[in-house]
Amino acid sequence: MATDIIEPINQDIHSEPMVLQMGPSHPATHGTVRFTLTLDGETVIKCDTDVGYLHRGFEKESENSTWTQVFPYTDRLNYLSPLLCNFGYSLAVEKLLGLEVPPRCNYIRTIMGEVSRLSDHLTCVGAGALELGAMTAFLYAIEAREAVWDLIEEVTGARLTVSYGRIGGVKDDLTDDFAENWKIHRERILELHEKIDKLCTRNRIFMDRMEGTGVITPEAAISYGYTGPCLRSAGVAYDVRKDHPYFAYGEVDFDVPVGSHGDNYDRYLVRMEEILQSIRIIDQCLANIPDGPVNCDDPRVVLPEKQKVYNTIESMIAHFKIIFEGIQVPPGEIYSYTEGANGEFGYYIVSNGTGKPWKIHARTPSFVMMGGIHKLFEGGLLADIIPTFDTINMIGGACDR
Amino acid sequence: MAKKLIDLVTKKFGDAVLDSHSRLGNDTVVVDRGGLRELAEYLRDDEATQMNMLRDITAVDYMNRSPRFEVVYVFYSLQLKHQLLVRVPLDANDAQVASLATLWGCAGWLEREVYDMYGVIFTDHPDLRRVLLYDEFEGYPLRKDYHQQHSQPRTELLARERDSVEEFMEYVKDEPATGSRSQE
Repeated sequence: MATDIIEPINQDIHSEPMVLQMGPSHPATHGTVRFTLTLDGETVIKCDTDVGYLHRGFEKESENSTWTQVFPYTDRLNYLSPLLCNFGYSLAVEKLLGLEVPPRCNYIRTIMGEVSRLSDHLTCVGAGALELGAMTAFLYAIEAREAVWDLIEEVTGARLTVSYGRIGGVKDDLTDDFAENWKIHRERILELHEKIDKLCTRNRIFMDRMEGTGVITPEAAISYGYTGPCLRSAGVAYDVRKDHPYFAYGEVDFDVPVGSHGDNYDRYLVRMEEILQSIRIIDQCLANIPDGPVNCDDPRVVLPEKQKVYNTIESMIAHFKIIFEGIQVPPGEIYSYTEGANGEFGYYIVSNGTGKPWKIHARTPSFVMMGGIHKLFEGGLLADIIPTFDTINMIGGACDR
Repeated sequence: MAKKLIDLVTKKFGDAVLDSHSRLGNDTVVVDRGGLRELAEYLRDDEATQMNMLRDITAVDYMNRSPRFEVVYVFYSLQLKHQLLVRVPLDANDAQVASLATLWGCAGWLEREVYDMYGVIFTDHPDLRRVLLYDEFEGYPLRKDYHQQHSQPRTELLARERDSVEEFMEYVKDEPATGSRSQE
């Protein structure tokens, strides 16, 4: 009799893969993206990614704006580190124009770019902890980001959509007490960083969720175009700031943290270390920042001073022409790349010699990485998607453009 | 350094290379579409090039020029730290080029975006669908003859979605929505 009962249990239980729609606005993932998952029990066997819910035609809009009007659009690409998007675009157009910006401007761009990178990494680390239930770490990270945003607000006048970059320079010089304020905020950020580190890094629950999940091999990461912290966590030491220095990165000393497993835990550790490295870069830049103008001395590109605009006819005409006709960029095309917060941020720009760009294409790390995200999900558990999706740090605005 | 890469490619694929230059620090070769796949394979596997990373694929619509489109590939080598831009001109009424999806993991995904925005067909692509826009979208928005203010026709709901909407309406039919202004 007993065998009658056991017999059917020993056989394989008939099961079919289940299709599950995850997203586009799933409460446990940030960013609107839809995964069509095929599940075998709790294991993901296939993942189909669907992006584009935040598509707003960045490239089409840019083609119908003057070169300077593109800056607000670039803010909205990666809205966690808008300054890096701004400066990447400035750099690309300056290369087309053959412009050299003054050294002080390069330093300011380096400082503000790293400040922006801090905000991106802090958000990623904090949100990742939150999604695994660590509310406290999230609040610490957000407090640190608040400090970062206070600094950004002080210099640019805005917290999120800054539009601080300009072709041939930046909008304004750093404020006089920026270095002083940085010293105060820096202490607080370091304090909070240490608290997050103590809460998460050796936390049993956190490690169990992060270690060995969302693994990618270096070969696959390269093939799928991964860059930034996600590529470095897999053990490939590629950083545009180090390999092809731009701005003032060639003059400062910093390390590129590299992981070895390519899992979520390594991506978290790389980001935590990069926060410290960014602080190091800012410290050095503030110590060595040269005096001088922040905009280059080229009346074809840079707006004249307001004082002159209101008092001399020449400056008024120059102002008018730059605003209405746009900066005249010589014909040509360029692929220019910088290190964004999540990876290589490239612009492919084509100019036909007029005041409006013929084409602007943004190569955003988020979009490229979403093409290979199924590699991280497949074979793992459904629950592991939550930390994996966070450490990839997909930004809807940058991905969908 | 810069010139070396172009020389290598020109030597190897002399008849497919239509033009080459290295303006603004970007080494560029313009190749015929027939030679693209072979060139890409060579760039990836050869000792002298080792371009294991495909940074970006995009296209440009030159509108009044013939050939009208140009697909741009940005190859990069992590070992040798050099970059090569490959541009493939395509005719407007025959905008087709071989897919590189089997050579790089990200190529298929990036090609989908180019198809989505410009309508360039990548032959032998395993899964050529729109990626940023929805399937019912008409036209290709980044072509220059697509007007910025052009609007799209209203699409019918898919049968699956319609069912769920009707089901929902059926379910809430008898309960007036609270806070609705029309209920006065």
